[in-house]
Amino acid sequence: MTEMLMAREAYGDLLVELGTENKNIFVLDADLSSSTKTSKFAKKFPQRFINCGIAEQNMINVAAGLAVAGKTPFVSTFAIFGSGRAWEQIRNTLAVGKLNVKIVVTHGGISVGPDGVSHQSLEDIALMRTIPEMKVLVPCDAPEAVAAIRAAAEISGPVYVRLGRPKVPTIWKETRFTIGKAQLVNQGNDVSIVACGIMVNEALNAAKILSIKGISAEVINMGTIKPLDGDILLTSLRKTGCVVTCEEHSVIGGLGSAVAEFLSQNHPVPQYFIGIKDRFGQSGDPEDLMVEYQLTAEDIAAAAEVVMKKK
Amino acid sequence: MKYSLSENDVHDLQQKAKKVRLDVIQMISKAGSGHPGGSLSCVEILVTLFAKVLKHGPEIKDWNKRDHFHLSKGHVCPTLYSLLAHAGYFPVEELGTLRQIGSILQGHPHAKTPGVDAPSGSLGQGISIACGMAVAGKADKAGYSVFTLLGDGELQEGQVWEAAMFAAQYKLDNLCLIIDNNGQQIDGAIKDIMSPYPIDEKFKAFGFHVSNVDGHDIPALYDAFKTREEIKGKPTVIIAKTVKGKGISFMEGNLAFHGRATTDEETKQALKELDE
Ligand SMILES: Cc1ncc(C[n+]2csc(CCOP(=O)(O)OP(=O)(O)O)c2C)c(N)n1
Ligand SMILES: [Mg+2]
Repeated sequence: MTEMLMAREAYGDLLVELGTENKNIFVLDADLSSSTKTSKFAKKFPQRFINCGIAEQNMINVAAGLAVAGKTPFVSTFAIFGSGRAWEQIRNTLAVGKLNVKIVVTHGGISVGPDGVSHQSLEDIALMRTIPEMKVLVPCDAPEAVAAIRAAAEISGPVYVRLGRPKVPTIWKETRFTIGKAQLVNQGNDVSIVACGIMVNEALNAAKILSIKGISAEVINMGTIKPLDGDILLTSLRKTGCVVTCEEHSVIGGLGSAVAEFLSQNHPVPQYFIGIKDRFGQSGDPEDLMVEYQLTAEDIAAAAEVVMKKK
Repeated sequence: MKYSLSENDVHDLQQKAKKVRLDVIQMISKAGSGHPGGSLSCVEILVTLFAKVLKHGPEIKDWNKRDHFHLSKGHVCPTLYSLLAHAGYFPVEELGTLRQIGSILQGHPHAKTPGVDAPSGSLGQGISIACGMAVAGKADKAGYSVFTLLGDGELQEGQVWEAAMFAAQYKLDNLCLIIDNNGQQIDGAIKDIMSPYPIDEKFKAFGFHVSNVDGHDIPALYDAFKTREEIKGKPTVIIAKTVKGKGISFMEGNLAFHGRATTDEETKQALKELDE
């Protein structure tokens, strides 16, 4: 069995490490520190932890002020509030100002489960990706989350990192995360499956299902949505000639859209979008919701067969 | 107190409150997740409102012929769902489906639930929605009132104060806010995290009629609700001092129960306490 870990738990531990290494790091939260796990940093460095209360818009601009004053603020809350509630503050202040603020959100996607629609962020990748200067990272598991957030800390400027709520299997085997570089996680010739976040695991399972049928699927872990790794897409698509994109997010504006924007201009191929099909989420067990919203390995495998016929 | 309830009425409402608490514990423990603390702190507030103040019911189809309640702190919807079910908006058996896939009873309020007019779950937005409903009522000279329940942590959202300014500017005397002042939010005591105090002075300065009450004292709540009916030209806020997790000994004031269900053992204990 692969190890099951929560990326947000690893984020909390990483913040303590980063805070020890760098006295400039401040962490801000909006009354969700026990869920985002910034509580670990709060315990270790109470002077550099700022609980803003339930006031996300204020939090973003307080972080902006800290960054202008030379600090490196990490801002955390749930994905829906961190991207949506304060979008205009992020766009007009953090991004226009190229400010060194890292927005690390948790509870992205439908796998939030029983809290339902108000807490399931299915639009945040799109919201963040459209903002100039913003980098968007969606790691697939706890180790990749740690490496991605470390990489974000090492550069200057705004970065949005999307983490999930549940425990996820460990897949990532690299030692370093380079922003803008994806990884080939399974080699294949017949179809390319490009995934991010928890969908990378589903994609790998889909490749197993397909291999039983004699179909060889290539799987790419696209941990950075912006800037997108075009090179890996070109290399893979020149070989396979068709693509399935997989995300725990709306099919409008997210990873699938980013891949389509690139391929349509550089190497047009048939594409199938696995993702939330212009619907809202709802309450339910995460596993049941993955089935209801057609986000499982079986759905991806079926999509691969459909898209291969369009080559 | 100017307005009073008969002893019978008070007894009856106390029994109703107990029933709602039973429902809340059972619903959340069956669902395996939810927010019991804040659901229990507002029981007397909502029982009094629904039974003795709010003109409502599934049989009143005309929007302008009934009062309106909007749950701004949406995470405590089990309390609302119990009251709606017992008022006949949907079968009581539905309570057992809370938070399940396909259920009419979502983890946060949704307009697909009979008796729920607008969604909530994202804090700070409900007071603005209530303002809109109150403005519409005035425009139509409908004579209805709009009530909305906010958390005390929720007061930290700036939008609450934008809406408070709005309510006074437009003299929304048909609007009544109720603050469930249980003193706690997720990360700790509200006074330690981001103090909204003094809540009453703030709302006074914003132009509200302010009433401070014990939020578990049914006659006091009733008096506050009836008194506001006489206030003309300004909105009302009832600041109800409450205890998070009220009614279950091990939940009272216990932060852990803001957002987690009881274990089987804890559920048994809670139901036993309510039975006594
Ligand atoms: C905009 C927004 N930010 C964060 C949350 C997550 N959240 C849910 S409940 C809660 C604490 C609410 O505290 P309070 O308003 O005092 O409610 P109560 O104590 O009555 O449960 C938070 C931060 C949310 N639902 N909406
Ligand atoms: Mg509270």
